[in-house]
Amino acid sequence: MIKTRNNKAWFLVLPVVISVAFSAIIPLMTVINYSVQDIIGPDQKVFVGLDWFKEVLRDPDLHGAFLRQILFTLVVLAIEIPLGILIALSMPAKGWKASLTLVLIALPLLVPFNVVGTIWQIFGRADIGLGGHFLASLGINYNYATNPLHAWLTVILMDVWHWTPLVALLCYAGLRSIPEGYYQAAKIDGAKAWAVFRFIQFPKLSGVLMIGLLLRFMDSFMIYTEPFVLTGGGPGNATTFLSIYLTKLAVGQFDLGPAAAFSLIYFLIIQVVSFVLYTIIQRNSNPNASKQVAQ
Amino acid sequence: MKQALVQPSTTQSRPLRPKFRIGSVLLPAYFILLLLPIYWMISMSLKTNDEILAGFSLWPKTLTLEHYHEIFTNAAWYSGYLNSLTYVGLNTVISLVIALPAAYAFSRYSFQGDKHLFFWLLTNRMAPPAVFLLPFFQLYQSVGLFDTHIGVALAHLLFNVPLSVWILEGFISGVPKEIDETAYIDGYSFGRFFFRVFIPLVRSGIGVTAFFCFMFSWIELLLARTLTSVNAKPIAAVMTRTVSASGMDWGLLSAAGVLTIIPGALVIWFVRNYIAKGFAMGRV
Repeated sequence: MIKTRNNKAWFLVLPVVISVAFSAIIPLMTVINYSVQDIIGPDQKVFVGLDWFKEVLRDPDLHGAFLRQILFTLVVLAIEIPLGILIALSMPAKGWKASLTLVLIALPLLVPFNVVGTIWQIFGRADIGLGGHFLASLGINYNYATNPLHAWLTVILMDVWHWTPLVALLCYAGLRSIPEGYYQAAKIDGAKAWAVFRFIQFPKLSGVLMIGLLLRFMDSFMIYTEPFVLTGGGPGNATTFLSIYLTKLAVGQFDLGPAAAFSLIYFLIIQVVSFVLYTIIQRNSNPNASKQVAQ
Repeated sequence: MKQALVQPSTTQSRPLRPKFRIGSVLLPAYFILLLLPIYWMISMSLKTNDEILAGFSLWPKTLTLEHYHEIFTNAAWYSGYLNSLTYVGLNTVISLVIALPAAYAFSRYSFQGDKHLFFWLLTNRMAPPAVFLLPFFQLYQSVGLFDTHIGVALAHLLFNVPLSVWILEGFISGVPKEIDETAYIDGYSFGRFFFRVFIPLVRSGIGVTAFFCFMFSWIELLLARTLTSVNAKPIAAVMTRTVSASGMDWGLLSAAGVLTIIPGALVIWFVRNYIAKGFAMGRV
């Protein structure tokens, strides 16, 4: 679509800008303020410059949390995005079956974060949980509270359970927007299923996948409540992801300065990665070309 | 391409989409994984606590509604649901009302700084909560929004508005611009065009956006818990407190968990046809 140049459009955007700025700017300024000061008492503050930044960048615990976080995010993205696409391809297109699968698949999305943790906490326990009991009856000594590997698998499974439906729902909606004529043309050309996916379905999914990928990247990189409820970051430090470590720093030890400095670094990493993803996908997808074909 | 489109359609007899063979195995397997934890929670919510602790059983032997009864008669519990529903509803309405004109602007016009503005909106989803919660609390307290429904609703705009703008922009870009122009030529004012012509055209987009706003606001816990104490305390926070206060009351906790899924299930039921109709996101 050719857009008209009109700076008056700012008036239409203004309510959004004001409402978001209200909650965004002052807290951000405050955190920046914390990050360059040593807060000794209620009215005693010393300007320390970039000392907190230097300190947190050298913190070995933080490096560990950071590596765990990257690994976790890569693993869940590598599972959720392809699985979501596969699920969306398998879902029925019409009728009551489509309605039923849509409603069922959305159920995990509607569970509050801490309840997700609780559900899996119960489900995985060998004494009262179905999953834990089943594994125990197979002779597997499964315990997410003491075995780091089990804790990891449980946290990953929990995230896959919770968020694959988001990718699947978005992809499902993207697939349904493809006009039947495309498939007809592909059939006449004798295209195989893979070719149909590669050249018709996947390009049409690029927009929804971008939303899915960005949302999943941001939210998995900031995951806090679910592993906190399930394992509390343990056993040991095994599932202490960045947000959990940050909370320990800020609330547990009340090191507000380093915690604030680290928050800003954290914030910046997410922004940079999101920006790179956003730009790459925008370049690769060319929705204007496909729109012209559709008309 | 053109020829293919005018040929008599064989769609009715057999779908032209290639059959996805793995799907017939994958989908049922996936649904089992999806539903088992939910089934387990429902099953636990219907058991007595004695039965839960006495031993393992696949389904409740003595069905009991005592946990649900407790939730529906105890104000500390049911007010949590009412609070959550109130601020989530407020948030969804406000998000839609302010995001619709903005999405229209992003879709139809280019203006100074539009690309940067959109990315800036999106960055507000990316602030790690732990440290930001403290200034949030101070800010909302100083302007008198602490422990109010509207306060939580406003705070949740931070992550719901960018998403709403994004989704709505996709739907709006699917409406041909000629419709706007025809309406203006016919003498419609912007306001009349927007409400009479435009909003009915993008109503499926509004439905889908409402679902996502509802969902993200409903499941959010950290902001909602930080910004409330009594009057607007969300159900998710009520659940965490009860757990720590009285040990693990698994049955009650499960019942409360089951009830947190129901409002959202109703919302998805209402918008299911809009999602099934399909949407492909554009780009902002």
